[in-house]
Amino acid sequence: MTALNLKLLRDLWHMRGQALAIAAVIAGGVATLVMSLSTYDSLVASRDLFYRDYRFAEVFTRLTRAPEAVAARLAETPGVERIETRVVAVVKLEVAGFTDPVTGVLSSLPDTGQPLLNTLHLKRGRWLTPYSGDEVIVSDTFADAHGLHPGDRIHAVIHGKRKALTLVGVALSPEYVYQIAPGAMFPDFKRYGVLWMGRNALAAAYDMDGAFNNVSLTLTPGAEAQAVIDRLDGLLARYGGIGAFARKDQFSNRFLSEELKQLQTTATVFPSIFLGVAAFLLNVVVARLIATQREQIAVLKAFGYRPLAIGWHYLKLVLTVAFLGVAGGVALGAWFGQGLAGVYMELYRFPYLHYVLNPGVIAIALGVAGLAAASGTLVAVGRAVRLPPAEGMRPETPVVYRATLLERLGLQRLLSQPTRMILRHIERRPLKSLLTVFGIACAGGLMMVGNYQRGAIDFMVDIQFRQAAREDLAVGFIESTSGRALFELAQLPGVRHVEGFRDVAANLRFGQYHYRSAVYGIQPDGILHRSLDRNLRPVQVPPGGIVLTDHLANNILRVKPGDLLTVEVLEGRRQVLQVPVLGITKQYLGVSAYMRQDDLNALLREGHVVSGAYIGHAPDAAADLYARLHARPRVLGMVAHAAAIRSFYDTLGEFVLFFNMVATLLAATIAFGVVYNSARIALSERGRELASLRVLGFTHGEIAYILLGELAVLTLAAIPLGFLVGVGLCGILVVVFESDLYRLPLVLEPYNFALSALVVTVSAVISGLLVWRQLGRLDLVGVLKTRE
Amino acid sequence: MADNTAECVFRAKGLTKIYRMGEVEVHALRGIDLELFAGELVVLLGPSGSGKSTLLNILGGLDTPTAGEVFYLDRNLSAAGEEALTGFRRDHVGFVFQFYNLIPSLTARENVSAVTEISKSPMRPEEALRLVGLGERLDHFPAQLSGGEQQRVAIARAIAKNPAVLLCDEPTGALDSATGIVVLEALEKVNRELGTLTVLITHNAGIADMADRVIRLSDGHIVEERRNAVKKAACELSW
Ligand SMILES: Nc1ncnc2c1ncn2[C@@H]1O[C@H](COP(=O)(O)OP(=O)(O)OP(=O)(O)O)[C@@H](O)[C@H]1O
Ligand SMILES: [Mg+2]
Repeated sequence: MTALNLKLLRDLWHMRGQALAIAAVIAGGVATLVMSLSTYDSLVASRDLFYRDYRFAEVFTRLTRAPEAVAARLAETPGVERIETRVVAVVKLEVAGFTDPVTGVLSSLPDTGQPLLNTLHLKRGRWLTPYSGDEVIVSDTFADAHGLHPGDRIHAVIHGKRKALTLVGVALSPEYVYQIAPGAMFPDFKRYGVLWMGRNALAAAYDMDGAFNNVSLTLTPGAEAQAVIDRLDGLLARYGGIGAFARKDQFSNRFLSEELKQLQTTATVFPSIFLGVAAFLLNVVVARLIATQREQIAVLKAFGYRPLAIGWHYLKLVLTVAFLGVAGGVALGAWFGQGLAGVYMELYRFPYLHYVLNPGVIAIALGVAGLAAASGTLVAVGRAVRLPPAEGMRPETPVVYRATLLERLGLQRLLSQPTRMILRHIERRPLKSLLTVFGIACAGGLMMVGNYQRGAIDFMVDIQFRQAAREDLAVGFIESTSGRALFELAQLPGVRHVEGFRDVAANLRFGQYHYRSAVYGIQPDGILHRSLDRNLRPVQVPPGGIVLTDHLANNILRVKPGDLLTVEVLEGRRQVLQVPVLGITKQYLGVSAYMRQDDLNALLREGHVVSGAYIGHAPDAAADLYARLHARPRVLGMVAHAAAIRSFYDTLGEFVLFFNMVATLLAATIAFGVVYNSARIALSERGRELASLRVLGFTHGEIAYILLGELAVLTLAAIPLGFLVGVGLCGILVVVFESDLYRLPLVLEPYNFALSALVVTVSAVISGLLVWRQLGRLDLVGVLKTRE
Repeated sequence: MADNTAECVFRAKGLTKIYRMGEVEVHALRGIDLELFAGELVVLLGPSGSGKSTLLNILGGLDTPTAGEVFYLDRNLSAAGEEALTGFRRDHVGFVFQFYNLIPSLTARENVSAVTEISKSPMRPEEALRLVGLGERLDHFPAQLSGGEQQRVAIARAIAKNPAVLLCDEPTGALDSATGIVVLEALEKVNRELGTLTVLITHNAGIADMADRVIRLSDGHIVEERRNAVKKAACELSW
């Protein structure tokens, strides 16, 4: 081992505390990267495997009813590889001991053998017995939510008739990876379930003997999905086909893709911020660290070591630390990643998690950390090497101190000698002080990024459910109904307010942009369901046109008020209408298009009909009301909002909690690493000076005050700056996280700020204590005898 | 070794060094003409700020003159680039600094190795340390050595590469006279046994008695140059 390498090892050992702190900063950044990207890669890999292994279909369509004979004609359509017809029924479910309304989807399985497409992964129990009359397999989310086991019985209201069903198996399906009721904002595993039943039995109960109302198919290699969809629509138009759609528009898959896209954004943006900040801090810390070695660099140079050799020496030192950080970060990230992927698995039901840690991710981590460390080192070594050695070895020429601003203002009498030393030291090297402040501020900012989501989600949900959609219950009818139905609802005990609405599935089109959604006809003067203006104040929907959610108008369809929007109705007479856009409404959750109900009815050339109603009721009337509504044959589905919010928090709570915990932990690690390093470097820069002061008779406390006082001043300055950085970083998140599903508002709660300040302060206090201890062990004789 | 047939190792003509600090110009050297010969032991005397260190640093290739020329053998140091100066220092010069400048994380032996590892025909580090009387302290860290011992490690480090010139800037400046004499003995021994041209800066006129030649600087000029008829041994000195 060469002397220089020995020096390297000993230096590393000597500065192990600092090395660990630097490694922690890198590890924090790298762990975020590895966690996010590996989670994303794993979910995509698991999804792709699931879709392939369980033959997820590529094109889907629904229709009113077609005789089975039509299936043969569909199968002959060019481009179709495999086709499967099914009976699918939306039903009301009853689970013993659960009074809330439960909506279910009953989907048929072949009476013998396995389905051709969308096969099930049986988790527990067994398959249906051939031609069984009452056996069902239920989705695992629903079974888990209600604690249902094979052998249990539940009831379903199919087509108005109540039927007892026996649960025999619990399964997962590629069609329902993301289980969310149509029209709902969040998954609600208790109030929405998917069930599978033998084709014969279901057809008998649903009045579909010898017929089907659902088609799924796969494409021959090279076939164009759109061409097949067009042919399919042509064939099924007279059977009430609602328009076929490709896999990308399939409900579960679309949500899943959206969420994965979201996750991908998280996986790029979050780590970019974390790693970027870590890289910056690393750079600053390393540069200062190297600067403290300037005399040694000068000696090496005086003895004829070439700048390159010296640079390489320090590079090895720093890269060792960086490598340590990356290794720790990868291990930590992989661990968190598995945890996070596990949490996602609660939300997205895959039969297995295929955990992937791409070598590319590690390469990125190594590259970024290495580059940040190397650039910091080389710049600092370069600076030290450029000094003539003669100068490098001279004790650093006493810099020109000046009286500080405060003193020049005549306040010096208020300042003690040590305080003056602190202020002069800060003022003497403004750039260094600024970098320290900015570094700590970045760490504080990261803390805010780590735990900002919770408050944003609270705000979002509050606006959505307490300002816009204030109904307690949304009721959907089996088919559009005369407005008189509303009076009947209003008569029910406990009902305080009823507002009818009319919704219709439609494709919204403007120029090259289009979006498949629904148009909601609501009451202009409604008090339950309202649209909000830019300032989140309720506004009436103006007559004679359509109002769009800001995200839908600005980012998806790119229309402005005044433009004419094409509305292709997907139901009934399938009109294509031109509707003027009259306004933009602010909405954080989902996207919608609103009209006045009478306007929509007029456009559709229908009288005063409603497709559902929003209900406000007395809180204690809920159970009774649910039961009464459940008993009404025309009422198809109910969504209870309070329940929806609660279930949303149940599902999301765990996820957000985990993510917040990890992000906060990593941000705190980075914060501590930065603050501790700042303190340690200050100590090594000024150890001599402080030891001399001790020799002159200053006490331990006095010199600690000089050193730590500076740290305290810089930390205090960094906290508010950190708030600014945090707001900025959260602002970036808000922009990149915009999606159909939700747009996070930029709202920061006091606790976001408090936590940031707290972590920075605690880091500073701990660092201060550690440095205090080191100051106590300051080797007065040694420091004066040897020169570092 | 005062004989005039000796090879001329350093030849300086009109050496000038001006430090600029903003408005102020400091003339550290104001036209120095000088020749130094192989095997000589030369003492540089002069009041503080007279330019001794500046001159020594320029001779050793640590610094470059503002004007004038300095040759090492037939190599023009004043025109040499950074890379050439590094090579020159690596191959030919040993330095001893007033503040020792040992690497604190390396033992005595390793401090010497750090230099011998990059030189062409070095002696063994142990040998160099024995020459300065530290054969027993090989594995001590700088912090475990006294000032004089540290300075002797610095001398061992400087001579271990068998340099052609040994440049010492106040090697005894921080030492008491007894320790100083031990250090000077080490230098004298190297000069005598290895024939190394040795230039020694000191504030101490007493030390001048051990030199072949004494050069006195004042305010950037050479104000006196004399040859010692009799050279005292280091152990006979006192101050
Ligand atoms: N880097 C520098 N910048 C500005 N002035 C300098 C610098 N180095 C030396 N000087 C000035 O040059 C002059 C000569 O300095 P030098 O260090 O050569 O003196 P010296 O004779 O070695 O003094 P001492 O005996 O105190 O070590 C002094 O006035 C000094 O202030
Ligand atoms: Mg000097």
